[in-house]
Amino acid sequence: MDNIANHSMAAAHAAASGGSVAGPRGRKPRRTLSRRNMIVYGTLILVALYYLLPLYVMIVTSLKGMPEIRVGNIFAPPLEITFEPWVKAWAEACTGLNCDGLSRGFWNSVRITVPSVIISIAIASVNGYALANWRFKGADLFFTILIVGAFIPYQVMIYPIVIVLREMGVYGTLTGLIIVHTIFGMPILTLLFRNYFAGLPEELFKAARVDGAGFWTIYFKIMLPMSLPIFVVAMILQVTGIWNDFLFGVVFTRPEYYPMTVQLNNIVNSVQGVKEYNVNMAATILTGLVPLTVYFVSGRLFVRGIAAGAVKG
Amino acid sequence: MKLRFLAAALGATAALPFGAASATDLEVTHWWTSGGEAAAVAELAKAFDATGNKWVDGAIAGSGGTARPIMISRITGGDPMAATQFNHGRQAEELVQAGLMRDLTDIATKENWKEVVKPSSLLDSCTIEGKIYCAPVNIHSWQWLWLSNAAFKQAGVEVPKNWDEFVAAAPALEKAGIVPLAVGGQPWQAAGAFDVLMVAIAGKENFEKVFAQKDEEVAAGPEIAKVFKAADDARRMSKGTNVQDWNQATNMVITGKAGGQIMGDWAQGEFQLAGQKAGVDYTCLPGLGVNEVISTGGDAFYFPLLEDEEKSKAQEVLASTLLKPETQVAFNLKKGSLPVRGDVDLAAANDCMKKGLDILAKGNVIQGTDQLLSADSQKQKEDLFSEFFANHSMTPEDAQKRFADIIAAAD
Amino acid sequence: MTGLTRGSARPNQWLRNLNAKIASIPMILTAVVIFVGGTAWTVVYSFTNSKLLPRLAFVGFDQYERLWAAPRWLVSIQNLAVFGCLSLVFSLVIGFVLAALMDQKIRFENTFRTIMLYPFALSFIVTGLVWQWLLNPQYGIQSIVRSLGWTTFSFDPLYNSNIVIYGILIAALWQGTGLVMCLMLAGLRGIDEDIWKAARVDGIPMWKTYVMIIIPMMRGVFITTLVIIASGIVKVYDLVVAQTSGGPGIASEVPAKYVYDYMFQAQNLGQGFAASTMMLVTVAIIIVPWAYLEFGGGRKRG
Repeated sequence: MDNIANHSMAAAHAAASGGSVAGPRGRKPRRTLSRRNMIVYGTLILVALYYLLPLYVMIVTSLKGMPEIRVGNIFAPPLEITFEPWVKAWAEACTGLNCDGLSRGFWNSVRITVPSVIISIAIASVNGYALANWRFKGADLFFTILIVGAFIPYQVMIYPIVIVLREMGVYGTLTGLIIVHTIFGMPILTLLFRNYFAGLPEELFKAARVDGAGFWTIYFKIMLPMSLPIFVVAMILQVTGIWNDFLFGVVFTRPEYYPMTVQLNNIVNSVQGVKEYNVNMAATILTGLVPLTVYFVSGRLFVRGIAAGAVKG
Repeated sequence: MKLRFLAAALGATAALPFGAASATDLEVTHWWTSGGEAAAVAELAKAFDATGNKWVDGAIAGSGGTARPIMISRITGGDPMAATQFNHGRQAEELVQAGLMRDLTDIATKENWKEVVKPSSLLDSCTIEGKIYCAPVNIHSWQWLWLSNAAFKQAGVEVPKNWDEFVAAAPALEKAGIVPLAVGGQPWQAAGAFDVLMVAIAGKENFEKVFAQKDEEVAAGPEIAKVFKAADDARRMSKGTNVQDWNQATNMVITGKAGGQIMGDWAQGEFQLAGQKAGVDYTCLPGLGVNEVISTGGDAFYFPLLEDEEKSKAQEVLASTLLKPETQVAFNLKKGSLPVRGDVDLAAANDCMKKGLDILAKGNVIQGTDQLLSADSQKQKEDLFSEFFANHSMTPEDAQKRFADIIAAAD
Repeated sequence: MTGLTRGSARPNQWLRNLNAKIASIPMILTAVVIFVGGTAWTVVYSFTNSKLLPRLAFVGFDQYERLWAAPRWLVSIQNLAVFGCLSLVFSLVIGFVLAALMDQKIRFENTFRTIMLYPFALSFIVTGLVWQWLLNPQYGIQSIVRSLGWTTFSFDPLYNSNIVIYGILIAALWQGTGLVMCLMLAGLRGIDEDIWKAARVDGIPMWKTYVMIIIPMMRGVFITTLVIIASGIVKVYDLVVAQTSGGPGIASEVPAKYVYDYMFQAQNLGQGFAASTMMLVTVAIIIVPWAYLEFGGGRKRG
C-alpha cells in the first residue's frame, strides 16, 4: 500500500509541478526503418484499421442510397454520393407522428448534458477533495460503498429511484434527471478526484493550513487552479456518458425533455418496411458528433489528465 | 445557468395546471411506429384534433417491451401521460387496482359501449370489479398465415391452402433458395407463432383448456404433443431467417425471399403500404387454413387519473372519439385490424379483412393469450419458444415438458 | 501526513472537519440512501411476490428457487462468466500491449491515440448497431470474403448460438480497449526513467523488464482499470440489446437483461429483484473485501 502511495506521489509531483508529463520512456529509436520500428508501426497501423473500419463503413453507408446498399458491398465507396440520409436523419425521420428527426432532441440533450456535467463534477470534485485532504471518521466507509455502488446495474436502481424522486417531487423534471446523472457519475468521478488530490504535493496543503486557510479557501485558491487536467478527464467521461445515455433520459423525464438518443433509438428501431441503413448510420454519426468533437479537441489533455495522477491507486 | 434550470424545473411542475381553456393538449403514448401503424395512429390524432383538442404524440419505438416499462414508470412515478396504449387484458391490472387509472364507466354507459362493442369479451377485459377502465380500439387476431404468391410461383408449386400443404411445399421453396417460413428473432414472435399453431392444430377446446383453465395435464398430453411436432416443422422451415423485427420478416414475404409468415393481422398494413393486393400478390390463411378461429386480443387505451380538470374532460372526449364509428373505420383500415364495433360499415375492407369479419360474425373467436395469461407467464413462454426456435438440439418433448411446467405455475 | 490533516479526525471531536462533512453530504446521501437503501429495498422485495407494483407479500425463497430453475438465468450466468473473463483478459492485454507500443517514442502518437479512443465516445447503441451490420452474414464481412472467391467462408457470430458471445466481445473490445490503452499509457508515463536506464545497464531484455518490473509498479493503474472494466462487464446490457436482443434464442442473454426483462416486461418485480440480488451478492463477495482493503479502514499513510 505504502509503496504505491509513494510512487504515485512521485509521479504526481512531477505532473503537478511541471504541468507536463515526461514524454515516452521507451528506448530511443535507432534507425527509422529498423525491424523493430516496422513491427511497431505495422502493428499500430493494423490496429488502427480495426478501429477505423466501422467508422469508415458508417460514413460510406450514410452517403449511399438504399438501392446501392441493397446490391453493393458495404466496404465499397458510394458510386453516387447523396446527402439525403443525413437530411432525413436530422430533420425528417419519423417516430410515430413526429417527423422531425434528431433535431428535436438535440437541444434537449444540450439542456440535460450541460447542467448535469457541471453539477456532477462540482460535487464529485469536492467529495474527492474532502476524502483526500480532510479525511473524517467514516469517510472511507462511505467511499467504499460508493465504489461498490459502481457495480450495481442501473436497471436495478430504477425502481428505488423512481420512488425517491417521486417523494422529492421532482420525478419527470429536468432537475430529477440531473440528480440521477449526478448520483451515477459519482463513484468513478469521486475515485478519480480523490486519487488526483491525494497525489498533489502535501506541502502546499500544509502551508495553506498553517496560514489559517479553511476548507473552501484551500479548495478554490489552491486545489482548483492545479486541477485542470483532471477536470478535463472528468468532463470528457461525463459528457460521453450523459450524452449517450438513453435509459435515464427516457425513464426519468417526459417527452418534451427526451434527449437525442431517444430519437436515435426510435429511428433505429422504427422500421418502416426495410431498415434504412443509410439513415441509421447518418443518425448514428450525428448523435455521436458532440462527444467525438469533445474528444478530438481535448484528447491530448485527456491522456495528460489521466497521467497526472488520476489513475494512481 | 441556475436560473434557467430552476425555471425549467418550475415550468415542468407548473405544466399541469396550465391547460389552455379551449384546446387541451393530451399526451398519448404508444408503440406504434412501423409504417402501417404510424399511418393508422395519424387517423386517431386527426379525429381527436378535430374536436378542438390537441393530440401530443409520444411514440416510443421498439415494441411493447421497450415502451411499457417507460409508461409504467411514468404512471407510478406520479407524472402520468393523459392516455396510453396497452394490450388490453392483464397488463394494466395492477395499475388499476392501485387506483392510478381512471374509471370510464360513466362515459361508457352514456355512449352505450356495452351494446356497441362486439364481441363483448373486449369490454370484459377492460372491466375490473364491475368498472370499465379502458377503451378498446381494435381487434387483432394472431391466427394468420401470410404467403407470398411470387415465392411459390418461383418454386414451381401451388400456393398452399393450409398448414400441411405449406409444410409439404417447404422443400421446393428451399430448393429455390427461399426461406419457407420467416420468423423474426424477437422472442414474442416465436411464442405467438406457437399459440397460433396451438389453436389451429389442437383446436379451440384444447387451447382453452391449456390457456384459460391452465390444465397442465392437457398441456403435457398427446394433443399438445402434435402441436410441438408442428412447431418442430416450423422451426426447421424458419432456418435462415436472420432478421429481428416482425416487419422485416414480413418484408421477406413481400419481396418473395420467404414463402410465408405466421403473424397477426397487423402484418396486413405492411402489405398494403408496399402496394400489394390480397389474393393477387399475397394470400392469407386465417387459422392457418385448418381451424378458422381468430383471437380477439387487441389494443386499448387506458387513461391515468389526472388532477387537472381540463385534461380530465379532454380524456373523456378522447375516449369517446376513439370509439366513434368514423374513427374506427379510418383507423382499422390503415392498421389492418378489425373494428371493435359490430355496427360499422367496412365496405373498403380488403379480402383478408373480410375473411376476418366473417369469422368474427360467426363467433368463431377465442380470447388472446395476453388476456388469458399474466405477463410473467407470457415472458416465460417467450423465453422457451425463442430458445426452441433457435436451438435445434432441443427436442419437442423437452420443450413440451417445460411448457407444461409454465402452465402449471401460471395464475 | 499526520497531525493536522489526513487521518486526523479524532472520535470525540464531532465538529472537527465540519466543512468537509458538510461538503460530503451529497456523497453520504448517495451512498446511504441510494446505494445502501436501494439495495436493501431490492433485497427485501426479492422475498415477495410483487408483480407490477412492489407489495410486501412475503413468499420466502420462492423467487430464488424459480430463478435457479430457469434455463435462461443459467445461460445468462455462463455468458457473463465467459464474456467477463475474456473481456477482462483481452482488455488488459491488448490495452497494455498497445500502450507499450505507443510508448516507443513513435511518431503520430496523437493520431493513433485518437483513433483508438474515439469508439469510446460512441454509445453502446451505436456500437451495437455498427457491429451488428459488419457481422451480418448477408452484408458484412462474410459476404465480402465470399465475394473475393472464398465461397465457403463462414463468419456469422451473431447468428450462431455457439459463438454469439464472441461476436459481442468483438464489439465490446472495439469500444473499450482505447480507454484501457490510455489508462495504461498514462501509467507507463508515470514510471521513472531511471528504472529503464537501470534495466538497460543490467542487460535485461525489454519484454522481461515490462513483465518483471514495470507491471508490478503499475498496480495502481491496473486497479483503477479493473474497477472501470469490471463494473462495465457486470452491467453489460445495452450492447447485447443493440446487437442481438439476447438471441439467437437465449444464447446471448446476460444477467442485467434478465433483471430488466423480468422486472418490466414480465411485470414480475419479485423475480427481477431476486436476480438482481444474486448479482449484488456475487459482486459483493468479490468486491467488498478488496474495496475495503484498498480504500477502507486499516490504512496507514505517511
